[in-house]
Amino acid sequence: MKEYKELYTAVLEGKAKDARAITEKALAEGADPKQLVDREMITAMAEVGRRFETNEYFVPELLISARAMKAALELIKPLLVKSGVQPVGRVAIGTVKGDLHDIGKNLVAAMLEGGGFEVVDLGVDVSIEKFIAAVKEKNVEVLGLSALLTTTMPGMKGVIEDLKGQGLREKVKVIIGGAPVTQNYANEIGADGYADNASSAVALAKQLLAA
Amino acid sequence: MHPTFDALLSARLPVVTDGGWGTEFQKLGLAPGECPDRWNLEHPDRVKKVARAYVDAGSRVILTNTFGANRVVLERQDLAGKLAEINRVGAALSREAAGDRALVLASIGPTCKMVSTGEIEAAELQEIFAEQAAALVEGGAQGFVLETFAEVEEACCALAAAKATGLPCVVSMVFDSGKAKDRTMMGTTPEQAAAQLDASGADALGANCGQGIEGYISICARLRAATARPIWIKANAGLPEMIEGKAVYRATPAEFAAHALKVKAAGASFLGGCCGTSPAFIEALAKAW
Repeated sequence: MKEYKELYTAVLEGKAKDARAITEKALAEGADPKQLVDREMITAMAEVGRRFETNEYFVPELLISARAMKAALELIKPLLVKSGVQPVGRVAIGTVKGDLHDIGKNLVAAMLEGGGFEVVDLGVDVSIEKFIAAVKEKNVEVLGLSALLTTTMPGMKGVIEDLKGQGLREKVKVIIGGAPVTQNYANEIGADGYADNASSAVALAKQLLAA
Repeated sequence: MHPTFDALLSARLPVVTDGGWGTEFQKLGLAPGECPDRWNLEHPDRVKKVARAYVDAGSRVILTNTFGANRVVLERQDLAGKLAEINRVGAALSREAAGDRALVLASIGPTCKMVSTGEIEAAELQEIFAEQAAALVEGGAQGFVLETFAEVEEACCALAAAKATGLPCVVSMVFDSGKAKDRTMMGTTPEQAAAQLDASGADALGANCGQGIEGYISICARLRAATARPIWIKANAGLPEMIEGKAVYRATPAEFAAHALKVKAAGASFLGGCCGTSPAFIEALAKAW
């Protein structure tokens, strides 16, 4: 297949209009939608993640790249669904009960989408029941819990305990993150993993699903 | 310099400010996820108790319990209708606690909406902050601390609104990102922040929250080198560790004060604590120089 390096560049540089226009043109030329995602978009977002981890990119660059990816993905998604292409995995993500912070959660959601995941965004101030319902009804394989406050962090433990109580713990991998969250806390409450930034959250989710 | 700061900074430096409020409220029963600003109306006695404890410990500047009392944040708590009252009472409670022993600078925090990604317009932000600032002035605020901002653009909107009242304004950013924890979440360095805030007319500028006081020695020195304005520093008592479901800050008042002397040497004009610091930390600072 023909390469569409300019799509890679548009996503990497966060040019949403360009990304959309190039995608439109490529599809009109008969490009394979799945290859556009895998070869150009996902690799671009992986490079965004790398630059984020090495401090070349910060939050604004990451958000703008994610937006460019999304603009292109909107055109491609219906085609993927039609041809029955499965996402890398399904994730439900939310900020726990009592916590209204959404920047970190949004970043992780954007990077997961950039990594090829289907993301169900449950929003902020998400009750334990809502997380459980997502596991039951949305068929998600990974649950992402976010908290910015030390006072709301214990809600993460509550979700894991209720998953166990309802016999759902083995159905789903639970990953956690947020400013006060640590690997130690993940161990303490029995989460499957902890990531300290949006880019490593993607790697973590992939690694857990491959295991 | 603004005459209010001129008088304050002509004495022994750095001027000791206050410590954390949220973590003190938790000791008094603030529930997980509960909005602290609501306490101005529901538990004014407890709010005043914390304010007074800081004045008694030696704070010569105290803030107000109004960090999240802007329209965007209060709407999420269904408290937008109480905005003016929460701010007015918050400022008045701190003034009552301070008497003539301390200056009251009203706390204004971010909306958490980003200007640079187009999430919100600068003009709208400025209106939002002007609304809060006006209510704080009515309650008796003697100046402002625009604190814990991650985005300089948003801080500048708040600064323009607060400056329009004619009162002195401190702008304080949070540097908690990057490998060396010397960038804001948006990637801004202390030098870049200082240049922009200085040009926008901040009467003092600095940094708060995000990390323990060790990291503030170099941040303070870098801000000091980048601007002639007074430098404001409020550090956390280290990063919290979760012990049996409760946040525990490990640094002791003595350790905090020992590091504070290095921040003093780096050129801080105002020095205090943020999350996890208590009146005991302020007492240790007040005795340290």
